[in-house]
Amino acid sequence: MSQPLLKAESLTIAFAGIKAADNVSLEIEKGEFLAIIGPNGSGKTTFLNLCTGYIRPVSGEVYLEGEPITGWAPRRIARQGIARAFQIPQLFTDQTVRSNLLLAIASRQGVWDGLKPLARRRYQEEADELLELLGLSAHADAIAGTLPEGLRKLADITLALALKPRLLLLDEPTSGVSALERFSIMETLMNAMRTKGLTALFVEHDMEIVERYADRVLVWNSGSILAQGKPAEVLQDPRVVETVVGVA
Amino acid sequence: MKILYALFAAAFAALAIVPFAAPWLQFVLTIAIAKGFAAVGVALLLRAGLISIGHAMFYAAGAYTAAFIVLRSGISDLFVLLIASTLVTAVIGALVGAYLVRYRAIFFAMLNLAVSMVFFALLSKLYGITGGTDGLRVPVPTVLGMTLTKAGFDIVLFYVALALMAIIAGLGVQFLKSPLGHAVGAIHTNEVRLEYLGVSAWSVLLIAYTISAALAGLGGAIAAVSIGHVLPDYAYWTESGHLVLTAVLGGIGGVAGPFIGSIFLEIVHTVAVGVAHNAWNLIMGATLLLVIFFLPQGLYGLVTKSADKTSSAKLGENKS
Repeated sequence: MSQPLLKAESLTIAFAGIKAADNVSLEIEKGEFLAIIGPNGSGKTTFLNLCTGYIRPVSGEVYLEGEPITGWAPRRIARQGIARAFQIPQLFTDQTVRSNLLLAIASRQGVWDGLKPLARRRYQEEADELLELLGLSAHADAIAGTLPEGLRKLADITLALALKPRLLLLDEPTSGVSALERFSIMETLMNAMRTKGLTALFVEHDMEIVERYADRVLVWNSGSILAQGKPAEVLQDPRVVETVVGVA
Repeated sequence: MKILYALFAAAFAALAIVPFAAPWLQFVLTIAIAKGFAAVGVALLLRAGLISIGHAMFYAAGAYTAAFIVLRSGISDLFVLLIASTLVTAVIGALVGAYLVRYRAIFFAMLNLAVSMVFFALLSKLYGITGGTDGLRVPVPTVLGMTLTKAGFDIVLFYVALALMAIIAGLGVQFLKSPLGHAVGAIHTNEVRLEYLGVSAWSVLLIAYTISAALAGLGGAIAAVSIGHVLPDYAYWTESGHLVLTAVLGGIGGVAGPFIGSIFLEIVHTVAVGVAHNAWNLIMGATLLLVIFFLPQGLYGLVTKSADKTSSAKLGENKS
């Protein structure tokens, strides 16, 4: 049996005595689209921060295809194939969407290739392809900071996809956007995911989104995993209904 | 863009005839270009959102390196001096930068200031090595084995400085268009995202810092052989402040900005001293206030805006 793409083993971390991860273990299989749900402050984003090296666990290990990556810097983990899109989109706001994307594409080579221009044909073609895939072609030359929230979310996801990651981490991809936009964003995202054959983990508050798109859902509560399994089953679990669904 | 390049070509041609048309300006412009190199270095760091109030130390390091080489090794070729000073300053910049680029905002500015003042103190106190506050005299260098008179050398130096300015400006434009150049600006906008793209902000800044130090060193070496004397004052903090002012005044939107700022400041300074010996500071201050109030993008912004207007007007004419 092949090993999981990502494996977290006995992760523990606390902030001011409040545990955001309490001896948590979980695995993500290749090709899976795993959702993490839970109340605000339960430790969902902290888990993403632990996986991407933004913070270090007090104890426990994170493995990427069997290789321990605990304590590595975010840039090293990114180079190993874990890309992240943020709850608040992290863009180079004074540059165009295309420039953002070109820099992301160039960063796969480490940006150290001398004085060759960033806007070279090979990068431009790849950028055009990604912009088309994420439905951002019409906004390619807009300054990233001037876009509405939904488009900035998509642009942020596009930057992560440009890294050609093995695992994509998405922190609330539909938060802060209108009810009309969220399904449109998810459809675009899922289309890109299928096209690229990606594995993804996404933190989400919207149960409709989780039910419709996730292969598996994991319920995070007070730093522990309360339940996990198929969305249709987990979302009916009375404990989940009481702690998460009822308040989400 | 064509209009902009035409403007720069015209300005370059105007500078090139200065030794014949206005010889009194030749020395002023040589020093302005020398300081312009250092200001370009400062502007590069400003693009990353970092203000260095200590870059005069690299200007001084370049100047003293040139002086040491001439006085201690006997090598006095201009090009050897310029290349060696640039390389030595780049190494010093890399060593100092490895520590300093870990810091941001006021901490970066203050640490640069602190290191530069330590450097200034060493230059002032190590009399046996540096000549103390008297500094060191720099004899007129040879040029490719030829011994020239001081006047002849100054003309050659002016054209070398002018050519180097054009080369550095060209390379600088290419650098800013490169992924690394974009990454420098990206540090200012969103360092977190840059790290999550797998790029080390520390490495990017260290390269930028080393380049900026090397440019300041080149400028310092040109100043040393032009003035013929190096002093600890080259490294004093007011000189560092002057470089920041030059970069901001010229504008950091393009590589030409700091050179424009430097030439503008040196000319205003020279004219102000000549016109009102006791009030030149007032004239300088008033000029700076006018530029800061009315040209937020610096003088470079004024140039690009003029070029854009001319382009638009031409486009309108062609359409009608």
